[in-house]
Amino acid sequence: MRDFEYEAPTSLADAVGLLAKSKGTARPLAGGTDLIDHVRTGRLVADLIVDLKKIPELMVLELNNAGLRLGAAVPCYKIYEHPGILEQYSAISDSSNIIGGMQVQNRASVGGNLANAGAAADSTPALIALNARVIIAGPSGTREVAVDQFCTGPGQNVLEPGEIIVELQFPPRPAHSGSHYRRFIPRNEMDIAVVGVGASVVLDASGENFVSARIGLGAVAAKPFYAQEASELLAGQPVNDETIQKAAAAARAVVHPITDMRGTQEFRTHVTGVLTERVIKKAVERARG
Amino acid sequence: MAKKRIVTATINGREEEFLCQPRQTLLEILRNTLNLTGAKEGCSNGNCGACSVIIDGRAVNSCMILGVEAEGANIETIEGLAPGDGLDPLQQAFLENAALQCGICTPGYIMSAKAFLDENPNPTEEEIRFSMAGNLCRCTGYDKIVRAIQQAAETRAEQSASCAKETV
Amino acid sequence: MATIDEVKAAEGSDEAPKYKVIGTRPIRHDGADKVTGRALYGADIKIKGMIFGAILRSPHAHANIKSIDTSKAEALPGVRAVATSADLPEPGDKIAELGEGAVVLNHLSSNNLARTKVLYKGHAVAAVAADNLHIAQEAASLIEVEYEVLPPVMDVLKAMSSDAPVLNPDVRTEEASTGEKGDKPTNVAKHIVFEKGDIEKGFADAKYVVEREFRTSTVHQGYIEPHVATVLWNNDGQITVWTPTQGTFSVRSQMAELLHVPLARVKVVPAEIGGGFGGKISVYLAPAAAVLSRKAGVPVQIVMDRADVLQATGPTPGSFIRIKMGVDADGRLTAAEAWMAYEAGGYPGSPIGAGAMCVFSCYDIPNGRVEGYDVCVNKPRTNAYRAPGATNAAFATETVVDELCEKLGMEPVEFRLLNASKEGTRRIDGVTYPRVGLVETLEAIKNSDHYKTPLTGKNQGRGIGSGFWFNAGLKSAVTVTVNTDGSVSLLEGSTDIGGSRTGIAMQFAEAMGLAAEDIKPAVVDTDSVGYTDVTGGSRVTYATGWAAYEAAQDLKRQIVARAAELWDVDPAQVSYEDGHVIGPDKSVCFKEIAMELSTTGEPLIARGVSNHNEPGGAFGTHLVDVEVDPDTGKVDILRYTAAQDCGTAIHPAYVEGQIQGGAVQGIGWGLNEEYWYDETGSMRNANFLDYRIPTCYDLPMIDAIIVEVPNPGHPYGVRGVGEVPIVPPPAALEAAIYDAVGVRLYELPMSPPRVLHELLKKES
Repeated sequence: MRDFEYEAPTSLADAVGLLAKSKGTARPLAGGTDLIDHVRTGRLVADLIVDLKKIPELMVLELNNAGLRLGAAVPCYKIYEHPGILEQYSAISDSSNIIGGMQVQNRASVGGNLANAGAAADSTPALIALNARVIIAGPSGTREVAVDQFCTGPGQNVLEPGEIIVELQFPPRPAHSGSHYRRFIPRNEMDIAVVGVGASVVLDASGENFVSARIGLGAVAAKPFYAQEASELLAGQPVNDETIQKAAAAARAVVHPITDMRGTQEFRTHVTGVLTERVIKKAVERARG
Repeated sequence: MAKKRIVTATINGREEEFLCQPRQTLLEILRNTLNLTGAKEGCSNGNCGACSVIIDGRAVNSCMILGVEAEGANIETIEGLAPGDGLDPLQQAFLENAALQCGICTPGYIMSAKAFLDENPNPTEEEIRFSMAGNLCRCTGYDKIVRAIQQAAETRAEQSASCAKETV
Repeated sequence: MATIDEVKAAEGSDEAPKYKVIGTRPIRHDGADKVTGRALYGADIKIKGMIFGAILRSPHAHANIKSIDTSKAEALPGVRAVATSADLPEPGDKIAELGEGAVVLNHLSSNNLARTKVLYKGHAVAAVAADNLHIAQEAASLIEVEYEVLPPVMDVLKAMSSDAPVLNPDVRTEEASTGEKGDKPTNVAKHIVFEKGDIEKGFADAKYVVEREFRTSTVHQGYIEPHVATVLWNNDGQITVWTPTQGTFSVRSQMAELLHVPLARVKVVPAEIGGGFGGKISVYLAPAAAVLSRKAGVPVQIVMDRADVLQATGPTPGSFIRIKMGVDADGRLTAAEAWMAYEAGGYPGSPIGAGAMCVFSCYDIPNGRVEGYDVCVNKPRTNAYRAPGATNAAFATETVVDELCEKLGMEPVEFRLLNASKEGTRRIDGVTYPRVGLVETLEAIKNSDHYKTPLTGKNQGRGIGSGFWFNAGLKSAVTVTVNTDGSVSLLEGSTDIGGSRTGIAMQFAEAMGLAAEDIKPAVVDTDSVGYTDVTGGSRVTYATGWAAYEAAQDLKRQIVARAAELWDVDPAQVSYEDGHVIGPDKSVCFKEIAMELSTTGEPLIARGVSNHNEPGGAFGTHLVDVEVDPDTGKVDILRYTAAQDCGTAIHPAYVEGQIQGGAVQGIGWGLNEEYWYDETGSMRNANFLDYRIPTCYDLPMIDAIIVEVPNPGHPYGVRGVGEVPIVPPPAALEAAIYDAVGVRLYELPMSPPRVLHELLKKES
């Protein structure tokens, strides 16, 4: 591996300072399950690696009436082992339980998964469905970005030099809501999503009608994105196969997949519809309790 | 060249100090500096699990952790698993079930399985297969590995039951 | 899972077990070392003063090397030596026998360090040794190579066309039957034809004829341990190689030939080996490490990473196969024809010969023709992988058979029972089978609980497939020393990939009337045991087991002679039976006589060798149930049963393990594994994330049924086990997918995008 320096600051200010002042390329480190591989293979260059795991703000995990606060460096296992998250923010629990194997989940963070801005990142469609906000700290202070605005292209995001994700904030969950993330992979575990769909639905008290919905899609375009039309099609509609299939068709209509070693364009397009339908149905099932 | 750091960690119950360049992975440190070669490098990117060790009770891929990150950590490797005399139930079960052929994945498999059984002492076959999917074996077809983990879970339950009895 | 005893019970046999040790399941002798992390694999070897090497590899699939400038690498602090092909002796045009067939030395040498051309992405171009791996890698990246990039030739059929760019200017098409060579440079290295009967008449007699074309992708053995070699070129010119290999003696020959040094100057010390499956026979690193060691004056270790393993070792070929088969109204095969082109990779040497012999090996066919081609393409030079060549072929043949069964309305098991190869069947390539057990495996499947349990679910299907492998005999040697406590140290040269040292020790123990635990087997270096061929061809338990049996006979003769001397009786009055030396008036157990003889004369050392070539081919039949997701094309395996004729199962647990492991490799090949190339000839999935070998979560338990049709050509009836089980799975899966959702797949892998594509095509 190419030589680099390492720092493990204990305050946010120090971390931002180190990243901003670095003369070469500085890279933040959380779980390292992407970064260390990328540096080893030379896909990413690092002159300085700044370990963020000793900074309290990045390790926050707080669930209360105000919603969920998820520190950017919290490892996946803490998310899926949290009963409140499993119940209320199921989609992100689903995601964190399938990122890599158990060993990866014990290190990898959702913040890191988002920051890498991979088109096929497993947590991002779930974050989009759950309408997370990204809290960013940098040399010029703190700012917030809606999660569906965070990624700008493959491996590209809105972070300016010296900026890091501090935490993800999720609004409180309304009554009769449910969410789910599912991906298609060729094996049953240990693969990158060929298609990933996250959905959150809010039903009315009867459980028979959609109040609102949010659908996030991954691996079917240059970046994960909010499927706005498909989501809005569900609002105010009765929960039935026809409505759900319409939303699935709308999701299919907006994808721009590529053919690569993980799947073909034809496959990804078709399976977007299939998974969207399945994911909405599972979210409905969870919303009904 | 980045300066070497002194890192202090507990390894297999003993406090150890080692010198480490930032770019050295924990796996490199374990294997080359500490001569603990039980953890193997199979893929270098978290997909095969051959380098699995336990840090603070959780199974991790030591190929994807920097040695410098281990400061203050409690690390368990295959070398520390067996009691002074005899073998751990998982080691015994792997042998009795012929759960290894070439054996290169075995140390990683056993360490992952240990962390898994510590969390989930009475797993179903489905749970074993789901949680162990991060450990690849190319020889056995997994059948005998899954059976070995099932047997080890039973042995561990018997041992803790008899332990509890003695305590009572 | 059925044990031998259960199978025997099921067959209603009540005879007493024939053997005391064979057929039992002792704990392997190397077990404790392997579960405690103490066993030393290739990369665990540390030699005093050792430094680390790295290889610079070609970024291009096909290019001429115009120049190599190593000056910047040499100038980097910490660098101790740099090597290129200029440091290897000129190989000339010699062809050498190196353990697994004849090798053109120029090709082997160039595959280790490219000379004038690179023939695949990842082809080794230069090597560096430095104080640590990080410096070596950095130095390798500083080597400047000027390439003239050439168009890559990736498709086997295109490579055969007359206007294709030629990879190797020295390659001419060799006619296998005559040995004659063509006169023009070509990518087609070999052409094979086998014929039997009258093929026109055979097809004319057929009621149904099915002809299909198949493609299979390049796949890798996927052993978890990457290649590694540690070499010391000592100051006296002696070369020691520590490496995990399937053949220490083969590595010794390869090193001697490639480095132009006398054989006696090379010693190869086997490390424990983390999987091989045929892929750890050729040398890839040791020659470069040797040259670096000579320059640096210290031992050099080079380890591959996973990308190197996939891109630059010897996977098994992708192929194009056309199969045509005819049956009469009763379901009897009347004729079969195959046209097969296998990708050799950068240099000639695909297993097309074995593929062409195996393609119709399961069937008694009166009229047939098989034509095969070995074709160079810009992919890594292929190598053996578990029944090399047979799996591609079986996928094609068995799928056509499944279609014939459908036309006939015949149960696939019944069709196979009717047409199965058996003793006396003559294969199209001319070989006549001795006693073989295909019929027995079919019957075992037919009688299995799995077969008798009908499938009921939607989108579920069942498939069956059979497969064959020759197995090999070749040379083995064993030396034993009796210790004063009555234990026996057993030295062998067969590197132990899957527990074979216990299987060898058990055969020796059986012959001596001892317990497996009384034997201490050790796999030793090339200076410490007699010549032994590679661990490959499913030969070790057969051939090295036989050598152990012979060592026992030698030892018994010595014990009898010595006891007669000791007791002062005529040797004819002394015998050795069941662990005892029996004289006219006494019977002494082995332990006692060992102790007594140790105090009354020279040490007791015996030896055994074998060079028998009646390993008895083996057959397997697999049954699989799948469920196919009709909306995504994903195939889930619900149940899997594999029956195999293993001859006598020495250690049934490891026999089952071979069957299970082979079946799962076949499943991976069938469903997801493939080299995925882009248009520049670059493999895009050279890692364990996207080269998808099965995980434990992809599989059910694999039921292994051991069928024992003892091999009359072995003292204990051993046949090889390891290779057959990889052969049937892709075909069985294809049949199951068709049964589930009604689409045929003619290309491997049958990955979700391919299955879904067929489903969507069918729908529209």
